Amino acid sequence: MTDFLNALVVFANFVFIPALTYGCQLALGSLGVTMIYSVLRFSNFAQGETMAFGTVITIMMTWWLQSLGVSLGPLPTALLALPVGILVTSWLLLATDRYVYRYYRTQRSKSITFVMASLGVMFIMNGLVRLLLGPNDQNFADGERFFLTADAFRAWSGLDEALVIRTSQALTILLALILVGLLFWFLQRTKTGKAMRAYADNENLALLSGINPDRIVRITWIITAALATVAGVLYGLDKGYKPLAYYNLLLPIFAAVIVGGIGKPIGAVVGGFIIAFSEVIVTYAYKKVLTYLLPPDLAPDGLVQLLSTEYKFAVSFVILVIVLLVKPTGIFKGKVL
Amino acid sequence: MSQRPSSQPLQDNTVRASIAFLVMAGLLILIGVTQSWALALTILNLCIISALMALGVNIQWGYAGLFNVGIMGFAALGGLAMIIISMPPVKEAWQAGGTRVLFALLAILATLSAALFVHKLLKGKRWHGWAIALVVILGVVLSRSILDPGVTAIEAVNPASTGYLGGLGLPVVLAWMVGGLLAAAAAWLIGKIALGLRSDYLAIATLGISEILVAVMRNEDWLTRGVKNVTGLPRPVPYELELQQTPWFINLVERINAGSLAGLNSNEYATVLQSLVVDSASIFVKLCYTGLFALVLIIILQLCVLALDSPWGRMVRAIRDNEVAADAMGKDVTGRHLQIFILGSAVVGIAGAMLATLDGQFTPGSYSPLRFTFLIWVMVIVGGSGNNLGAVLGGFLVWLIWVEAEPVGFWLMDVLTSGMGDDSGLRKHLLDSAQYMRVIIMGAVLLLVMRFSPWGLLPEQNRQA
Repeated sequence: MTDFLNALVVFANFVFIPALTYGCQLALGSLGVTMIYSVLRFSNFAQGETMAFGTVITIMMTWWLQSLGVSLGPLPTALLALPVGILVTSWLLLATDRYVYRYYRTQRSKSITFVMASLGVMFIMNGLVRLLLGPNDQNFADGERFFLTADAFRAWSGLDEALVIRTSQALTILLALILVGLLFWFLQRTKTGKAMRAYADNENLALLSGINPDRIVRITWIITAALATVAGVLYGLDKGYKPLAYYNLLLPIFAAVIVGGIGKPIGAVVGGFIIAFSEVIVTYAYKKVLTYLLPPDLAPDGLVQLLSTEYKFAVSFVILVIVLLVKPTGIFKGKVL
Repeated sequence: MSQRPSSQPLQDNTVRASIAFLVMAGLLILIGVTQSWALALTILNLCIISALMALGVNIQWGYAGLFNVGIMGFAALGGLAMIIISMPPVKEAWQAGGTRVLFALLAILATLSAALFVHKLLKGKRWHGWAIALVVILGVVLSRSILDPGVTAIEAVNPASTGYLGGLGLPVVLAWMVGGLLAAAAAWLIGKIALGLRSDYLAIATLGISEILVAVMRNEDWLTRGVKNVTGLPRPVPYELELQQTPWFINLVERINAGSLAGLNSNEYATVLQSLVVDSASIFVKLCYTGLFALVLIIILQLCVLALDSPWGRMVRAIRDNEVAADAMGKDVTGRHLQIFILGSAVVGIAGAMLATLDGQFTPGSYSPLRFTFLIWVMVIVGGSGNNLGAVLGGFLVWLIWVEAEPVGFWLMDVLTSGMGDDSGLRKHLLDSAQYMRVIIMGAVLLLVMRFSPWGLLPEQNRQA
C-alpha cells in the first residue's frame, strides 16, 4: 500500500501537477488565439511573441519595483507589475491592429493574407523582445519559492516520496481559474460579451443590429493581450524566461485550439489540457513509478520513457494530425472550411 | 498576392527586370571593389541559393496561394540528403548497428502498413481508433527495441570523429536531387493531411513538421551526428589547397598577373606569386560554385517559366484566382495544390542541399526559422509573388541587404553613439542590439511591401489583359 501511495505521489509530483500547470498556461494562450480567430477570422502567428512581449514588459517593471524595494512578501513581485505588462501589450496589439490588420479588414482580404501579416508582426515583436531584454534567459521569480515543501509533505504523510508544489504552480492554477471564469462570465452574461459572440457568429446580422465592429475588435485585442501576458508571465515564473521558448509554444497552442475546435473558448481550454497532459505523460520517464509498483525482480532497467523530451513538439503535432484526419472541426465542433 | 488590386501596372517587365538585375550586379561589383572579391563571390553564391529557395516558395505562394511556414524543415532535409548520399560510409558503424537500423526501418514500415490494413478492415466499427492505436503502440515498442541497441552501438564507434552511419559515398549532384526528393516526400505527407482543409491548417502543419524535422536532425546522432555537426562534406569542385599545388593553375595565375609580377627579384617574385596563388585559388573555387549554382538556377527557372506558360500554368492560375469557379469547371483543386506544394518543396530541398555543399558542413543547430523561413518569405514578397524572375530578384536583393545590414547597422549605431563614452552602458546595449534591429527592419519591410506594393518589385504579368 505504501509503495502504491509512493508511486502515486511521484506521479502527481512529476506528471500531474506540472501537466496541470502547463495546461493552464497553454489554455490561457490558446484562448487568445481562439478569440482572435472568432472575431477577426485568422490564425494569429504572433501569439507566442505577444506572450514574450508581455513577459518582457512585466520583467522590466518587476526589476524597477524591486529596485524601489517594493515586494509582495511570499508572492512574486511580478504580480504587481502584471497590470503594466497588460497595459503596454494591449497598446502594442491595438497599434498593430490600427496599422497592419485594419487595412486588410477594410479590403476584406483573404484570411491567409492576415496570417502572413501576423507572421510579419511576429518577427517585429521577436526583434523587439530581444532588443528590450537581450537574448539571454532571465529569472524574475522572487518571494516564497514553495507553496508546499517536501519536508512539510513528508511530515504530514509519512511517505518516502514528497509532493512539492511551487508557488508559481499554485499561482498559475489559481490565476487561470479566475481568468477563465471571468472570461466566460464576460462572454455569457455581459452585453458586450454577447455582442462579441453575435459578431463572431454572424458579422452581417451583428452589424444590422447596431453592434459597433470597431469596439468589438478593440476589446478582443485587449482581452487577448491580457490573456497572453498573464500566460507568458506565469510560464516565465514557472520555467524561467527564455525568449525562444515562447516561439516554441506556438505549435502546442495551435494544436490546442484545433483539438478543441477553432473559435470555441471552451475548446481552447480543454485542448490546452489535452496537449499538456499528452506531452508530459509521453515524455516522462516512468522508472521511479514502476520501481514502486512492480515487484523488485521486475523493476525496469531503462528509463521507461516513451519519447525523449526533445521530441515534445512531436506530441502536439501528432495530436494535431490525428484531429485533422479524424475530426477537423475538433472536439467542440469549431469552424472548418 | 492572390487578390490583385485594380491599380496593378500592366507595363512590360523586361525593362524593369533588366534594370533591377543590372543594379544588383553593380552592387556586387561595388562590394568586390570596396570590400573584397572573395566576399562578393560568397554573397553571390548565397544569393543564388536564396533565389532558388524563393523560387520554390513562389511556386507555392505565387502559383497557388499555399502558405508554407516550414521552409526551414525542407531546407534541412536537403542538408540531410548531403550526408546520407555523399558522405563516405562508416564501415565499423555499419557493422556495429547497421543491420539493426535497417530492420528497425522495416519494422516501422510494417507498423505503418499494419495500421493502414487495420484502418481499412475495421472502417466504421466502434473500436476502430483503439485498434489502430494499439497497432501503432506495439509497432513503436517493437521498432524501438530493435533500434535502440543498434543506435547505442553506432554512437559508440569513435564518437569524437564519427559515431554515425555515414552515407553512401555517391556524387554530390545526386545528393542534391535526393534532397529534392526527400523534401518532396515530406511535402506529400503534409499536403495529404492538411490540403483541402482551411488554408491556415497548411501553415500550422508546415510549422509543426519543420520543427520536428530539425529536432530529429539535432537529436538522432546515429544519422546526423546531431549537434556535433558533420564537417568535411565532399565537394563537386576542387579544393583550394590542391589547386595551390597544381602547375597549370600556378601558370595561369602567373600569366594573368604577369604585369604586376614583372620587375620583381626572384625572392620577392616567389612570395608575391605564392600569395597571389592563394587568393586566386579561393576565388577560383568560389567561381566554380557560382557556375554550378547558376546552372541549376537557370534550369529550374526555365522549367518554371515553361510550366507557367503551359496549359497547366493557366489552370493553376485559374484555380488560384477563383477556386470555386475552377472547381465548377471540373478542375481537381486539391490535387493541383498537392502537386504544386510538392514541386515547390522539392526546389527548396535542392537549394538546402546546395547550401550544405557550399558550407561544406551540416550543422543542425544553425537552422532557425528566422533565417530559413521568414527571410525567404520577405524575398518572395519583395520580389513579386507569382513572378519567377521577381522571386529570383527578391532572393538576390534581400540576401544582399540581410548580409550588409549588420555591418552597416553596427557602423550606424557606432557613429550615432560615438558621443557617449566607451564604458557607457547604453552605448554597449545599442551596439549589441544592432543585430535585432535587422529583424525588426525586415519585418517592417515585409509589412510595408504587402500593404503598399503587394505586387512586389517585378509584378506578375497579367495575361488576361
